[in-house]
Amino acid sequence: MKIACFHLMPYRDLAPDFEKKYKSAWFSLPFDEVADAGRVSSYYNWTLDELIYAAQSGFDGVCTNEHHQNAYGFMVNPNMMGSVLARATRGKSTAIIQMGETAVFLNPPIRVAEEYAMLDCIAEGRLVAGFPVGLGGDFSYSYGMAPIEQRGRYYEAHDLIKRAWTSSEVFAWNGQYYQLPMVNIWPKPAQRPHPPIWVPGNASPSTWDFVIKHDYSYCYLTYFGAKGAGHMVNGYWNRAEELGRDRNPYRMGFLVPVGVAETDAQAEADYAHAAEYLYHKGLHLPEQLLAPPGHMTYSSLSHLITKRPFPPFEDLQRLKYREFNDRDYVVCGSIKNVTERLIDIVKTLRVGHLMILPQFGSLSHEKTIENIDRIAKNVLPHLRGMWDDEGWEDHWWPRAAVPQQARAAA
Amino acid sequence: MKRPRKKIVPVLGGRLEITVNVAGRGKPLLFLHSAGGYYWDDFLDSLADHYKVFVPHFPGTAPGRPNDIDQIDNLWDAVLAYDDLLDGLGLKKVRLMGHSFGGLLASELAAQRRKSIEKLVLIAPIGLWREDAPYTCADWCALGPGEIMDTLFYDKNHPLVVKRMTPPPGASAAANWQVNFIWTLGCTAKVIWPIPDKGLKKRIHRVTAPALVVWGENDKLIPPAYAQEFGRALPNAEVFMIPRCGHEPPLEQLDALRTKVTQFLAA
Repeated sequence: MKIACFHLMPYRDLAPDFEKKYKSAWFSLPFDEVADAGRVSSYYNWTLDELIYAAQSGFDGVCTNEHHQNAYGFMVNPNMMGSVLARATRGKSTAIIQMGETAVFLNPPIRVAEEYAMLDCIAEGRLVAGFPVGLGGDFSYSYGMAPIEQRGRYYEAHDLIKRAWTSSEVFAWNGQYYQLPMVNIWPKPAQRPHPPIWVPGNASPSTWDFVIKHDYSYCYLTYFGAKGAGHMVNGYWNRAEELGRDRNPYRMGFLVPVGVAETDAQAEADYAHAAEYLYHKGLHLPEQLLAPPGHMTYSSLSHLITKRPFPPFEDLQRLKYREFNDRDYVVCGSIKNVTERLIDIVKTLRVGHLMILPQFGSLSHEKTIENIDRIAKNVLPHLRGMWDDEGWEDHWWPRAAVPQQARAAA
Repeated sequence: MKRPRKKIVPVLGGRLEITVNVAGRGKPLLFLHSAGGYYWDDFLDSLADHYKVFVPHFPGTAPGRPNDIDQIDNLWDAVLAYDDLLDGLGLKKVRLMGHSFGGLLASELAAQRRKSIEKLVLIAPIGLWREDAPYTCADWCALGPGEIMDTLFYDKNHPLVVKRMTPPPGASAAANWQVNFIWTLGCTAKVIWPIPDKGLKKRIHRVTAPALVVWGENDKLIPPAYAQEFGRALPNAEVFMIPRCGHEPPLEQLDALRTKVTQFLAA
């Protein structure tokens, strides 16, 4: 079992009436009206400190991600964060998990091939290369590309990056979206032929097929909790079986916000505001901004609207901490409570890569450090051995990020 | 109300088939729909009293053919598809009309296929740009359901507006209606994203057909300032502003629009 610490890098101090005053925390939110660059300096540094602390405390990896023009989380270039993390954890076995730099946001996308290769070299082979399709709003509203082209660009960018990493020859690329006369990246990644690839997604069947076909690891990032995820995740495992893949739990990652305190009551006191802040403010996002028309294929759109596999986004605004916690949208409580629920999630969804979000919403730096500390000391030891009895190997974990003693044992 | 029949026309060397709705008798009139998609309304029905009206579905928006949009990569592909369509329909001379997104396509086609276009009618067309009147695809693609009504219409309670914008009865039919509405926005956005200023300003001088530019005075989606902009850019154009009217004159001011357009086309 591998457990990583994930961070969104949110704006932590939005006004209490923020969601009533503004249409969205995304894309159209004016920075100068609601935010302060001085605070943002603190947030970036706290984020790095929190992730580095997690690495020092025994998390197996640290995860960054990319979003744009919002207060929810704005690591606009996760590789900037990743390079600091790689350097700060030098000599340790921490995986640097980029979830990731989003190739279709960049033109040409070989910039990602180059940056990941450079980062893998700085990290001395500890990089996990995340390949997100990317949020539709980021792609189209922030970065100005037609929504209907996102998936086509994603597949092409992926093929181009893989070839840039693995080809020993200089080559010309004549694609539908990208044309390059001389592809010959410097450097190549430290891990050859390339770092392990994880694909974060939101239960789109077309992404599942892509992941399974290429034998990558999938990471299900959902805002709607583990309880509602069972049906979707079963769909993934069924599809993997149909396409001839095994049930190796390391094919599956899952992200969950976690808050640990001495007691359940103390957890409510510590985390209720932060959880409601995440869902009411950070995810204050009308659906049409999340996925502009054309972002989803016709069949996915049809599935979404006729079957409604998720509750409407707007419903999040009506729920309170206890509902978020009861539904496992967040997993908060005493050590025992959190441990039991995480074990249940891991078993039920067959998760090999668990990504824990110890900072969410407004949670302060001090509370976050305390939370990381409690999770690392008291929860992680109960999870770490899960799946060992089934004897699976994690083919999607950098070799240099396996601790020395474990490598020797293997 | 007439019931248009469907005609399938191969274009782009057979890579794509365009579904065309055809009704009426008389000289041919080609109508290019807006980003909201094909909808046979009272306006088209009245035109079909005098003309043989052809209304193609923009590729990807015809029922049951969503992936046809894969054959169109950019605006130039779309213009050539419609250029081929004129040949496929055997239309040597045609009156051409376009609404909003269709107005851009009609302008481009009139600039490309000069000799075939006898008259050009543009209803609140997109395609030009003024720094003092910016608009982007986000202005209609990022709207919530309620905002769409407030933005598109001067009077959202007008009976023809209500009829057009009410999903069909039954959950399944309503869901499909919503899917097709969103998908149509996605297909049309492909060739104009993120801002529909794709170079028409460098080609519009080529239009030779006499043109009528119609705009609702209360259009909150595409600023009415563009009526004058098109009027100036087209070599031979008349501008007609309609009071108490938003972005959808065929629904909101049917009589005023019909009278003016019929006169213009007959002259």
